[in-house]
Amino acid sequence: MINKSVKNVDEAIADIKDGMTLMVGGFGLCGIPENLIAALVKKGIKNLTCISNNAGVDDFGLGLLLQHKQIKKMIASYVGENAEFERQLLNGELEVELVPQGTLATRCLASGYGMPAIFTPAGVGTEVAEGKETRKFTFHGVEKEYLLEHAFEADFALVKAWKGDTAGNLVYNQTALNFNHAMAIGGKITIAEVEELVEPGELDPNFIHTPGIFVSRIFQGEKYEKRIEQRTVRKRDI
Amino acid sequence: MLDKNGIAKRIAKEVKDGYYVNLGIGIPTLVANFIPKGINVVLQSENGLLGMGPFPFEGEEDPDLINAGKQTITTLPGSVFFDSALSFGMIRARKVNLTILGAMEVAENGDIANWKIPGKMVKGMGGAMDLVASAENIIVAMQHVNKAGESKLLPKCTLPLTGIKCVKKIVTELAVLDILPQGGFKLLERAPGVSIDQIKNATAGKLIIEGNIPEMEL
Repeated sequence: MINKSVKNVDEAIADIKDGMTLMVGGFGLCGIPENLIAALVKKGIKNLTCISNNAGVDDFGLGLLLQHKQIKKMIASYVGENAEFERQLLNGELEVELVPQGTLATRCLASGYGMPAIFTPAGVGTEVAEGKETRKFTFHGVEKEYLLEHAFEADFALVKAWKGDTAGNLVYNQTALNFNHAMAIGGKITIAEVEELVEPGELDPNFIHTPGIFVSRIFQGEKYEKRIEQRTVRKRDI
Repeated sequence: MLDKNGIAKRIAKEVKDGYYVNLGIGIPTLVANFIPKGINVVLQSENGLLGMGPFPFEGEEDPDLINAGKQTITTLPGSVFFDSALSFGMIRARKVNLTILGAMEVAENGDIANWKIPGKMVKGMGGAMDLVASAENIIVAMQHVNKAGESKLLPKCTLPLTGIKCVKKIVTELAVLDILPQGGFKLLERAPGVSIDQIKNATAGKLIIEGNIPEMEL
């Protein structure tokens, strides 16, 4: 087996440079690559374009990169939970491109499927469609207008999985799967951090989400905080 | 007049056996509490879950198990996780039977605006544009008028659109209305104690009233 494992997070990000475009997995704070984000903060890489569904919260997730003004442009579907984000946006320090969530996921996926563009109905007739090519298709008997959206091209994809083997095969846990798979296959160079790194043969080949061919580097992360954004519970009936 | 739970309760009557349903944030989330007993319904959460269960008991929250509102939740027997791209695949391919969401404005041709107020901080559309562009059956849960007392059921939306010609049904604190294919809000039911005149006064768009309009049964 080809061994994709690297010693640590610093080795994993050694060639990420100022001005690059990164896909960053996760939905809210669920399934985010905590170790990779921390290492980018520590290294002080700047002028990044980040493609991620959300922008973290003020003091966690991509919010940490925003705090240190390392992000030049954010491409996301929902950025509501972050006051520092709002401040930078209103001051013109940060560029933002808002993309419908399904379009965002599919533009990552298309990249991994080797397809330069997709047609989607999301955003037709709205400001998202401004300046974009549209085309009518009759599909399943219904004629409708679709928007042409390009696949994302990112220098790196940073993803978080639950388990992985040194061959780069990845398995995610529950809804921490979210954007991680589409980004793992969509990145030019994909770096995966996992909670548990195992030897080839230890994962059941029937139950792997992302085949290792899409993963360039893998390492076992440390000290996962896994912060909860909205803790909602119900009372036990006594 | 209905409160938020009343609106949710009325919408729950539209949920049929065998439906896969996507519930938006706000009043739509409350619909889950009123789904009639004895029917089988699967709730979809667009971050990547079919078979969303209730909130966990205190102490059993799992950071890896959340819904699209980022709330901790649980699964049910038969639940399944999938990636976000596939999640929107099942939405675009119309495998999800019913979408229930909130709105700031709805127009008489079915246009909907619910993501952006010019001049205010824009948080983003999340999955709303994908949902309204693809869903076959969209019910909007909303207040009939805004805080300034102005109608939110309009001839034409004034706010930036989320989707065009997509809303089929609206349930407000005052009424249940269908949007006709040729345009117009067709009044179907009145909320308990609400008069036709109250609904007329609160509706700026074309209101179609035919025959006797019954009071809602809840």
